Amino acid sequence: MTARDLVLATVRRSLGVAGTEAPRRAAVAARLADHPTGVVPARGRLAPAARIDLFARMVEGAAGTVECIAEPSAIPQAVAAFLRRHNLALAVRHGDDPRLAALPWERGPLEVRRGASDGNDLAAVSHAFAAVAETGTVVLVSGADNPTTLNFLPDVHIVVVDAADVAGDFESVMARLRERFGPGALPRTVNMITGPSRSADIEQTLILGAHGPRKLHVILAGSH
Amino acid sequence: MGETMAERKTRHVGLFVTCLVDLFRPSVGFAAVKLLEDAGCTVEVPRQSCCGQPAFNSGDRATSREIAAQVIDAFAPFDFVVAPSGSCAGMLKIHYPELFRGDPNWQPRADRFAAKTHELLSFLFHVCGVRAVAARLAATATYHDSCSGLRELGLRSEPRALLGTVAGLKLAEMHDANVCCGFGGTFCVKYPDISNAIVAKKAANIAATGASLLLAGDLGCLMNMAGKLQRDGSAIAARHVAEVLAGMTDEPAIGAPHAPSGPAP
Amino acid sequence: MTEGTSQTAAAAAPLGIAKAATHSASTQCFKGNAKAALGDRDLQNALKFVEVNFIARRQEVADRLPEFEALRDAARDIKDHTLAYLDLYLEAYERRMTEQGGNVHYAVTAEDARNIILDICRKLGARAVTKGKSMVAEEIGLNDFLDANGIAAVETDLGEYIIQLRHEMPSHIIAPAVHLTKAQIEGDFRRAHSDLPRERNLEEPTSLLAEARSVLREKFLAADVGITGANFLVAETGSSVIVTNEGNGDLTATLPRAHIVLASIEKVVPTLEDLAQLLRVLARSATGQEMSVYTTLTTGPRRAGDLDGPAEYHVVLLDNGRSAMLGGEFRDMLRCIRCGACMNHCPVYHAVGGHAYGWVYPGPMGAVLTPALIGIDQARDLPNASTFCGRCEEVCPVRIPLPKMMRSWREREFERHLSPAAARWGLAFWAFFAKRARLYRFATAVAARLMALAARGRGRFRHLPLASGWTRHRDFAAPQGATFQSQWQARRGAARGNADPPGEQGARP
Repeated sequence: MTARDLVLATVRRSLGVAGTEAPRRAAVAARLADHPTGVVPARGRLAPAARIDLFARMVEGAAGTVECIAEPSAIPQAVAAFLRRHNLALAVRHGDDPRLAALPWERGPLEVRRGASDGNDLAAVSHAFAAVAETGTVVLVSGADNPTTLNFLPDVHIVVVDAADVAGDFESVMARLRERFGPGALPRTVNMITGPSRSADIEQTLILGAHGPRKLHVILAGSH
Repeated sequence: MGETMAERKTRHVGLFVTCLVDLFRPSVGFAAVKLLEDAGCTVEVPRQSCCGQPAFNSGDRATSREIAAQVIDAFAPFDFVVAPSGSCAGMLKIHYPELFRGDPNWQPRADRFAAKTHELLSFLFHVCGVRAVAARLAATATYHDSCSGLRELGLRSEPRALLGTVAGLKLAEMHDANVCCGFGGTFCVKYPDISNAIVAKKAANIAATGASLLLAGDLGCLMNMAGKLQRDGSAIAARHVAEVLAGMTDEPAIGAPHAPSGPAP
Repeated sequence: MTEGTSQTAAAAAPLGIAKAATHSASTQCFKGNAKAALGDRDLQNALKFVEVNFIARRQEVADRLPEFEALRDAARDIKDHTLAYLDLYLEAYERRMTEQGGNVHYAVTAEDARNIILDICRKLGARAVTKGKSMVAEEIGLNDFLDANGIAAVETDLGEYIIQLRHEMPSHIIAPAVHLTKAQIEGDFRRAHSDLPRERNLEEPTSLLAEARSVLREKFLAADVGITGANFLVAETGSSVIVTNEGNGDLTATLPRAHIVLASIEKVVPTLEDLAQLLRVLARSATGQEMSVYTTLTTGPRRAGDLDGPAEYHVVLLDNGRSAMLGGEFRDMLRCIRCGACMNHCPVYHAVGGHAYGWVYPGPMGAVLTPALIGIDQARDLPNASTFCGRCEEVCPVRIPLPKMMRSWREREFERHLSPAAARWGLAFWAFFAKRARLYRFATAVAARLMALAARGRGRFRHLPLASGWTRHRDFAAPQGATFQSQWQARRGAARGNADPPGEQGARP
């Protein structure tokens, strides 16, 4: 008997089932196929304008910063301005995301590198897959477009979110993940990020920048 | 929710006096009787010992069931069972049905028994519709929420509402009024040092209110807190809330000496 | 080997694995541990933080969410549903994660899990391992085992890193170093980071954190294998989920060549929507945050075209007694999502801290889970050191009836005569009278008079021979003199007739 057999057998014995019962299998299959939605807070169901507003407030409440840029072409300058404001080197790395690649980086003073982080980047720019207003969370998926290491190794993480991609609740983003990757399929990593890295392990003192980025700056593109 | 004289029917109450009240502070029982009779109830006291909590919380289910059966039987003749204690009322109301779950004979009896059992203040407030008492006491008091009464029975606003009608009485809320006092039945003797740490915090919170009187609805908690206050040399007196509501505060406070001259605070 | 138990056998046999690994558990020394804790000034100061901060923050964030109570019900229901179908959800999870390129390994015991992990590390020629915070890893004693086998495993969660330096167990499941002062941590860093300049200033928490960040950054980048726990496993997508604030879990999972997830079997949840429900109550209950900073779903190894991520992804599914718990009175304990709210609100935990409990899981959830995993005979005090105040159950996001379960352990101890003899005799003595109401009434009337006399009008006792535990710290109020029942009989008995119950004995159950 393998370990697997033993564990499952003990589970079944404890539950008083054989495992082959059709009604049980049907119940499980149904839940997995239907993935019913549970309780969604009212604050996750606001109209778009109020939703963006809430999203921004929640990001700030989690010690992130937010700025709204109506024209995507202004993003590289906004990134540069942010780095300057914080006395940081004007250099960023980003992945192959076509939305980022299409931006006029060449116009700005920024040195831009592409690819995954080598551990020496001070600032990275990612494009979010989506965002969740109810908690001020940005959602990023792994891949060459937005390598996961960019989310964690640099000191500063700048995340571009399309205003249209700001969902009210988690469930909406999960639905979009299903649409994009297929039912039951996900990329290697889905990061749901709410503010910069922090720790309160030393006498309950809250400090930002534990292992991940010290700053999280969200650029809401296509909104005012 | 008051009733007119015509509507008021007599409620036949069996008083579950509780073993601590019975043994240590009968005045609480008499205060309960007065409050119940003032509210138009008839009160009788069948022969009784204990609700069985010590056995129940020590894991002795068999003894708990035996005692529970006796209690259910003893109180069978009554419309209502009323106890001046959140923990005893909780035992009778919440845990007796648990004890007999699945027993075809006793489960229904336990359920019916539980349905007619009430903690004293809850009974006065919600069943009898009492909203005010005629007592007066010039003092500043602070009220401790005993855990069972609060979390098992939802008792919180009723004592405060009724105390608010005692002429001359000021209520000062303590910090963490709803936090355990460290009594916990057998806990305080099995883990006395931990119990002490908990009651020390409670005593500090009580003292910080500036109140001269500590009130609660459970005698176990009161004896624990009063004992700590006294050991600390505090002058704060402790009484059961029923005594104050019934205007029966002539007896010395809990643990206080028998003063030959005049009533104790 | 797990004792496979039938449902009838489960009632009598001890639950779970007999020998769970690990850091020498000192669950047998609860009283001694507690006493030391009560006298530890640094610990007492640290515990004040816990009491004030965690409770207030949870209340604030719960007050801000009108749906919080409904979400707790939903979370409980999701867990109950999953547990009722755990075998099928485990199979579904396994199927899906294997399709996504992951490797599943079932481990019956702690020893099995350790060996599986060592085997994976050896096959990869791993020398350096980074670890995200995992209570299950503590449960199986993974670090010491890897160390004994020549593999250096470094904890990367700051709190876990600190206690690893001190060779201590976590004292809280969310804030493992909550019992330590800044000064203690500075001392540990100076000792452990001996290559750094001695005159450096570590006065501020920010400098301590900065030092940890740079020391651990090197470890992250050098690790061959990263081992994390899992807060949840999602059956629908075959994903494991970790929830952190530091980002250490993600660096552990992303940078090395292989990512190993160590998860106990009850971590499975059916769907992404179910995950959303649980996430909404987890951080709020744990730290009072709306969301933890990093909530990450990991599914399989890196994909073709990925620029980063591990080439191998392994999930070790640990049983270690949980499958047996499913069939008995402690099943609801498997709902636990390890938020720590119970211990944050526990007056006993506030008094003695987490180490007093002697093993990985402290506070109310530890009092219920520890006996299930290592045997009640090894952890007798834990379910007894509770006043049953009920605050734990009041705040548990999945509504586990913790006091009830502690009482169930007490029942087991009673049946097996594990309670101390003095306590049993005392109880038996009391029970003899309590079961005989007439005799009780007589005996207590006598006792009340005698005690009142002994108090000589002072109203209280400073010393009481059979209650020295009480009178060590408190005065003990003396009885007023005549019991209520004797007074009642005297006053009313003659006038109204004594209200004896019809049929004295009544039917015995």
